[in-house]
Amino acid sequence: MKPDPKGVLTGSHQLTGNQACAEGALSAGCRFLGVYPVEPAIEVSERFLERAKAVDDATFVQMEDEISVLAAVLGASWTGKKAMTVTSGDGLSLMMEHLGLGVMLETPCVIVDVQRVGPGLGLPNRAAQGDIMQARWGSHGDYEIVALAPSSSQEMFDHMIGAFNISERFRVPVMVMADAYLAQQKETVVIPKPEAIELYPRRYYEGKPGTYLPFKRDGDYIPRMVDIGQGYKFHVTGLTHDDRGYPVMNEECQEYNVHPLVWKIRKYVDELVDVEENGIEDAEYVVISYGTTTRAANKAVEQARSKGVKIGHLKLNIIWPFPEKRVSEIAKKIKAFIVPEINFGQIVSEVERVCYGKANVVFVVHGDKGMEDPNDILVAIESVQKETQIKDGVLEYQGA
Amino acid sequence: MEAVKTTAAHEIHPMENVLRMDRIPHIWCPGCGIGIAVTAFAAALEKANIDLNKVAIVSGIGCTGRVAGYVKLDSFHTTHGRAIAFATGIKVASPDMKVVVFSGDGDLIAIGGNHFIHAARRNIDMLVVCVNNFIYAMTGGQVAPTTPLAAYATTCPFGCVEPPFNIPYLADSSGAVYVARWTALHVRRLTNSFVEALNKKGLSVVEVISPCAQYYSRINRLGDGLDMMRFYHDNSEIRHGEDTKNLDIGFQQKIIMGKFVDRERPSYTDRYQDWLKQRKVGM
Amino acid sequence: MNANPRDVLSGTHYIDGDVASGFGALAAGCKFIAGYPITPSTEAAEAFARVAYKGNAMFIQMEDELASVSAVVGAVWSGVKSMTITSGPGYSLMMETFGFAAMLETPMVLLNIQRGGPSTGVPTKTGQADIMQSRWGSHGDYEIIAFAPESPQELFDYTVKAFNLAERYRCPVMIMSDECVGHMTEKVVIPAADRIEIEPRRFFKGQPGQYSPFKPDDDLVPPMAKAGDGYNLYISGRAHNDQGMPYTNEEFKLRCIRRLVDKIKKNKEKIIELREENTKDAEVVVVAYGISSRVAVRGIELAREKGIKVGQLRLVTIWPFPDERIAELSQTAKAFVVPEINYGQIAFEVDRCAHGRSNVVLVPHGGAGVHNPDDICDAIEYAVKHKEPLEGVHEYKTRLERKVFEEKMRIAE
Repeated sequence: MKPDPKGVLTGSHQLTGNQACAEGALSAGCRFLGVYPVEPAIEVSERFLERAKAVDDATFVQMEDEISVLAAVLGASWTGKKAMTVTSGDGLSLMMEHLGLGVMLETPCVIVDVQRVGPGLGLPNRAAQGDIMQARWGSHGDYEIVALAPSSSQEMFDHMIGAFNISERFRVPVMVMADAYLAQQKETVVIPKPEAIELYPRRYYEGKPGTYLPFKRDGDYIPRMVDIGQGYKFHVTGLTHDDRGYPVMNEECQEYNVHPLVWKIRKYVDELVDVEENGIEDAEYVVISYGTTTRAANKAVEQARSKGVKIGHLKLNIIWPFPEKRVSEIAKKIKAFIVPEINFGQIVSEVERVCYGKANVVFVVHGDKGMEDPNDILVAIESVQKETQIKDGVLEYQGA
Repeated sequence: MEAVKTTAAHEIHPMENVLRMDRIPHIWCPGCGIGIAVTAFAAALEKANIDLNKVAIVSGIGCTGRVAGYVKLDSFHTTHGRAIAFATGIKVASPDMKVVVFSGDGDLIAIGGNHFIHAARRNIDMLVVCVNNFIYAMTGGQVAPTTPLAAYATTCPFGCVEPPFNIPYLADSSGAVYVARWTALHVRRLTNSFVEALNKKGLSVVEVISPCAQYYSRINRLGDGLDMMRFYHDNSEIRHGEDTKNLDIGFQQKIIMGKFVDRERPSYTDRYQDWLKQRKVGM
Repeated sequence: MNANPRDVLSGTHYIDGDVASGFGALAAGCKFIAGYPITPSTEAAEAFARVAYKGNAMFIQMEDELASVSAVVGAVWSGVKSMTITSGPGYSLMMETFGFAAMLETPMVLLNIQRGGPSTGVPTKTGQADIMQSRWGSHGDYEIIAFAPESPQELFDYTVKAFNLAERYRCPVMIMSDECVGHMTEKVVIPAADRIEIEPRRFFKGQPGQYSPFKPDDDLVPPMAKAGDGYNLYISGRAHNDQGMPYTNEEFKLRCIRRLVDKIKKNKEKIIELREENTKDAEVVVVAYGISSRVAVRGIELAREKGIKVGQLRLVTIWPFPDERIAELSQTAKAFVVPEINYGQIAFEVDRCAHGRSNVVLVPHGGAGVHNPDDICDAIEYAVKHKEPLEGVHEYKTRLERKVFEEKMRIAE
């Protein structure tokens, strides 16, 4: 399905990450933005409001807190509109209960987290990658979500389209994990013509009112949706429910309802792998990066290569579900992974897990500095070359 | 299973087209007033002359929160306290829908208090039905923000020390355009209030005082549901247009009912559309 | 320091887990609980509300969970020990303030009586699916301590212990119980006050003007102060220097956050508590916690009858996770079997620490019930027979899964 041309600002632009995010949303067909003002995500709503005049049916609402924001976004999604919100740190933590509701009602929506230093109020205008594990495990109960990690303004645009497509395809809230630097830096963004953008259409139920079962799943575990106001008079609830959407409080229904929520992502993991590989084929060492650290990783890998190190780079575009199979495969052929993150260790535990003892795993901590540094990565690459055996746990070397 | 066809009138429940008959019997206790509120609402839906396909009902968590599951409309059983926020999303994204929030005093006024006052301030076109049984019934009888002073509940085992909210006053002072209160006994008047509110643009609040036989009246030794209804009969007084300041409810004291507020204010969506027109946005 | 006799309801009681926790809080010297009713944890709040006056303590029911946990943080900074009580959805609502409390190094206890999830789920029945959330639920970096009691007696004992560790490490401590244990009525022996060890808050002893709220002692934990003592505390959730002031100096390198992580990591050995049985020469080690560890006992019994050498490792503390012990056991055991009432949470941690040396078989359960011990026994058998390395956590197909999906049973109330 092609996007509404009115929302696509075709051309080459100089945009900050936040602005690119708004453009990506509009191109993807997003017509509802709910926000609560929080640094460093504010410009997304400013850009959206500015550009919303160009499309017919965009709606914006600022709610009284982040809790109500995500509730409103879920409600709006059920009216047939693609809906999203943008937040940061504290705000994301407040959204955890409704993330669970979104998962349970299988409501497509996109949550952009412009990460900043945490916990608590942290530092509003410094980047971090401290919400990665929270994106996966932040709400209570069992579920799977999908999370993308853009590393440039262009990707802020592209990943928004990807996020909306995935959320419609899998009927699941999708998170886009950006950060404060990405949000503020201005770069070239090329927005293609509408014909060159592919959108995944919402999978609607096509039968008559009176015959609709909101949670009857197709073969790929995804149920069909309807819009409110079409006469279907359906019921959905956050309680564990059966195909009719009615609550049933026993372990059989819990299995029937919740296991597919997990399967619908786990069994389609291969469809959801999105990595970029550079020089992996003959590598002895591989740097794994996502989001902002990719830039420093690029530089470090370049410099290490020029010194003769056989080093490759694996960039994760989708972080959840984690690309277990690919990382495991690579682990068997190399000596070590080097994982820089602007936190005190989050994705690196996943890398450690799926290595299954086949390669060393080095964590390059940037949590103290609050910004990525190619020198730290180089020091790590040099230090790990001295290791003679595979060690348990995650290795950490002193920074530059 | 094949539907059994019959034309005998007594076989078809009169509210079959607005109630989810496949969910009956419902979960509410004997002596509970929520069922009455739902009946009044169902009757109002038929009388109000609105397209039922365009009505969405959202409820929160609690005994009254289960209402969404029994009414045959596009219905959502959402999170605790946030039904109004969810409903705001629906209304703002789809202004031609009529949205009803049907929930309890704890859900709407305690955890949902913030969203309640904001919806009234914004004057979102929405009907908020608050069934007030003075207690948190679903979870076993804890104190609510409407529990009268000195009444007992499990989390104030020595009597409630907190003065309760006066819901009509809260709604009025926050900007609601229609505010009424009835008890579960006054079914016809309640139905009429629902009809008026459904036909009115803006934030309407209808409070329904209801017995809770299992917790509130049992813990406070007030008898059963029927005893409470008798109490309402003997101790309620209709005072239309009364200043909402005077509508506090003390423990086993007089309950003043009626239609207190009925005024005009531009609704959120209307004001937004006018704004766009005036500022020639999108043209 | 011993507990105060007026706080301790010494004697033999026959009570449920929730109530035991409420009594435990009182015994630990907790003087303030703010809570919000949520099934299945409400009885703990109600129990404390009934007995609070004995210990000169206060209970208040707040308007929601956010308000509850905020009130608890305030109470702690006014000088008292404090706790809140909740379940799944309420726990999710508390994540922001809990992160704030972690940043401020606020000693407090959070009791989560887990239920079936996600979202509203099954309020009246059990679950163990908030375990990863207890570790990662808030934004940013921090470390926490979490217990998983398996009986009402343990709910009493570990509530007291939770308060102690909270004071010792100046951090929030979670008690991740579940509805089964919370609503289970068993004998709980509350000893005499002089047999209960409680950890007093470590207050700063110097003059006002000399106090830095975040200047650590040698064990990486700073002494505390309280409002009203003239220290003119400035407490803010922003990244701060030792004085608590928001700083913007590059030099500091976000030391305050690094210390949140280190103070638990470096004191891991003193915090971790495990119970092991027959793990020494076991072919298969069952790793379990909470109610699942009790059900696992039966599963292990059945497996032993078949001649399999099975050991059990019970996680009394779940966080910090016992990386080293799992790594050690993976040198000798062929496989780990992890029964948990979720679709895989601790199983992934076990997988991580096994480093490819042992297989990991998960026995999942969606919630609203406990495992069938036959499934655990079958999974143990499978683990022993399966010689090749299984990359990744293998999800064992339980009888319930087969019943629901293969036999397409009718789902009804």
